[in-house]
Amino acid sequence: MTSSTNVSCFHGARRVAIFGGTHGNEMSGVTLVNLWIQNGKEIQRKGVETKPFITNPRAVEKCTRYVDTDLNRAFTTENLSAPSGDDLPYEVQRAQQINEIFGPKGSPEAYDVIFDLHNTTSNMGCTLILESSKDHFNLQMMHYIKKAIAPDSCPVLLTEHPLLKYSTSRSVAKHPIGLEVGPQPQGVLRSNIFESMRVVLKHALDFIELFNEGLEFPPCTVDVFRVSEKMDYPRDTNGNIIAMVHPNLQDCDWEPLNPGDPMFQTFDGTTIRYEGAGTVYPTFINEAAYYEKQQAFVTTRRETLAAGAIKKA
Amino acid sequence: LASKVVLPTVSRVALCGGTHGNELSGVYLVRERLKRKVEEEEHISVVTVMSNPRAVQQCRRYTETDLNRCFTHATLSGPVTDKTPYEIVRSQELNTLLGPKGSPEAMDLVCDLHNTTANMGLCLIAYSDCDWISLHIYRYLQMSDIPVRFIHFDLPLNEAYSLDSVGKHGFAIEIGPQAHGVVRSNILSTMQEGVQQMLEWVRLFNSGTPFEGGKVDVYTMVKNVDYPRDFETRGITAAIHPQLQDRDFCLLRPNDPVFQTFSGETLKYTGTEPLYPFFINECAYYEKGIALSLARQRSVGIPSIRSEREGEQGKRKSSAEEMEEEEEIKGEMEEEGYQKLMEYGEESDSLNGQYK
Repeated sequence: MTSSTNVSCFHGARRVAIFGGTHGNEMSGVTLVNLWIQNGKEIQRKGVETKPFITNPRAVEKCTRYVDTDLNRAFTTENLSAPSGDDLPYEVQRAQQINEIFGPKGSPEAYDVIFDLHNTTSNMGCTLILESSKDHFNLQMMHYIKKAIAPDSCPVLLTEHPLLKYSTSRSVAKHPIGLEVGPQPQGVLRSNIFESMRVVLKHALDFIELFNEGLEFPPCTVDVFRVSEKMDYPRDTNGNIIAMVHPNLQDCDWEPLNPGDPMFQTFDGTTIRYEGAGTVYPTFINEAAYYEKQQAFVTTRRETLAAGAIKKA
Repeated sequence: LASKVVLPTVSRVALCGGTHGNELSGVYLVRERLKRKVEEEEHISVVTVMSNPRAVQQCRRYTETDLNRCFTHATLSGPVTDKTPYEIVRSQELNTLLGPKGSPEAMDLVCDLHNTTANMGLCLIAYSDCDWISLHIYRYLQMSDIPVRFIHFDLPLNEAYSLDSVGKHGFAIEIGPQAHGVVRSNILSTMQEGVQQMLEWVRLFNSGTPFEGGKVDVYTMVKNVDYPRDFETRGITAAIHPQLQDRDFCLLRPNDPVFQTFSGETLKYTGTEPLYPFFINECAYYEKGIALSLARQRSVGIPSIRSEREGEQGKRKSSAEEMEEEEEIKGEMEEEGYQKLMEYGEESDSLNGQYK
């Protein structure tokens, strides 16, 4: 079905970065990156310069998500093109610095690949976050990772959405990949979560090495969850939360939520049910950091993306 | 002891939440209670307090310093200037409201609501192992799907640093595991149930119901264990071992794994005495140099008790005098054969905590 003339050719992935501490209290990434800054042997691959980097050192030092504003929302065109200055919020200054080192975003000089390491209080397992459905290189990498860690699963969350997509620190690169591993409380380091993240990164770097060596990856398909709708907590007229994630939904990331299924439970025990048109797959269920962003969970829909064959040019 | 111990009624109860602003079960429970109309009751008056409103508003543990370490006599009696940290100002305010600590005017019972990231189920945490009110409440709690335990920190009253030490009787209710900044519905339900049962006991006690004595299992804190740290940076160099993670109150024996370094090496427990770990991997304790705490399990005898009847009341004692009396009773009970058993080895069956 595929002839070799349908192979997309990419330049080698020569410059790769691994970001930790984009949120200063998401400890797996902070710990791994600090480890690799001290001794980077584990992340070295032939022909690749892999740079471990702490993106938000002040937040890491205080063990807090951010100091002034969320770094992982700060890479907007507006922020990146604003005149630099000390009066800018810390994270906006930081975004400009990161854009200079690893970008500029959208230019040929930008880094080839950036992995951004995150943790979540949600029960999402090892989730890979994909920003574009047309990034065949990333799709092939995710296909490779999923196969490598099977039978363990590695859901892929596609954040391509006109309203819900946000400007991440990794978006500076040509091929941005988010790693979101949970459940883990903020500020806590759990060994099993740490090791899972480490293993996924190992496979990702193996893929890059194989690609750089000239291996052709045949066409493949990748099952993804495309983000659909943000669901807030029920609130009263003063904006106070009046219900919690229902015990039936708690921890059920990636499981089907059907119309009529319990969704929230008010403080006096009443059940509020999901009233959407069809089955959705919720994720980021009860993420601590999203209470202030008015999000109890996001719904997603399943989709199968096709990636063409790829090979290094 | 042939007759029951007679104690003053526990008429004034304080229920506190948000002492740590990101421990949300207590925050939500207190918020909901404050919204409801206060019903006058015959046997009990309950005051509901949001201890650290600024930290709650920011969803942080504290703003400048840990409020729940500010209740020692020294901190409560220190001078206040405009440079004094918010939490110290607040601790003195709370002491005025609910105390003063050690005086006859203090609340009869202070119950402080907390969450932990550790897998601890429901724990009552107190300074005394001979406060019969707290121990009877512990004994009374029956939770169907979560273990219930009593942790004792052996500290004299003036050194006791937490909010619950302000009342004549007091304890924290600590429930985990729950990430800070998150409300889990099952954990909130458990806390609501625990508070309800506690208040039920107080009403029964105050209306004259006698409670039979017996034995309860108690965990007495022995020591804390810190993470291995880098000599220069003081950064941690290992995580809690996967075989210890979430195994709070499972006996830790010499040579059991405790930490796993980032290079995969296992570090083992080097103590000679088997002890019970708790607060395993509590988020807030990294900065306090605590990876886990260790306790001995003991069986403590408690006397039968009932509340004072009308006219029976003698002069009102201060907390210090009551504690002295409790120690005397403790001594008598030991003589009469209510031995405190030092238990090594197998986990004993507990009167409480039927759990899966």
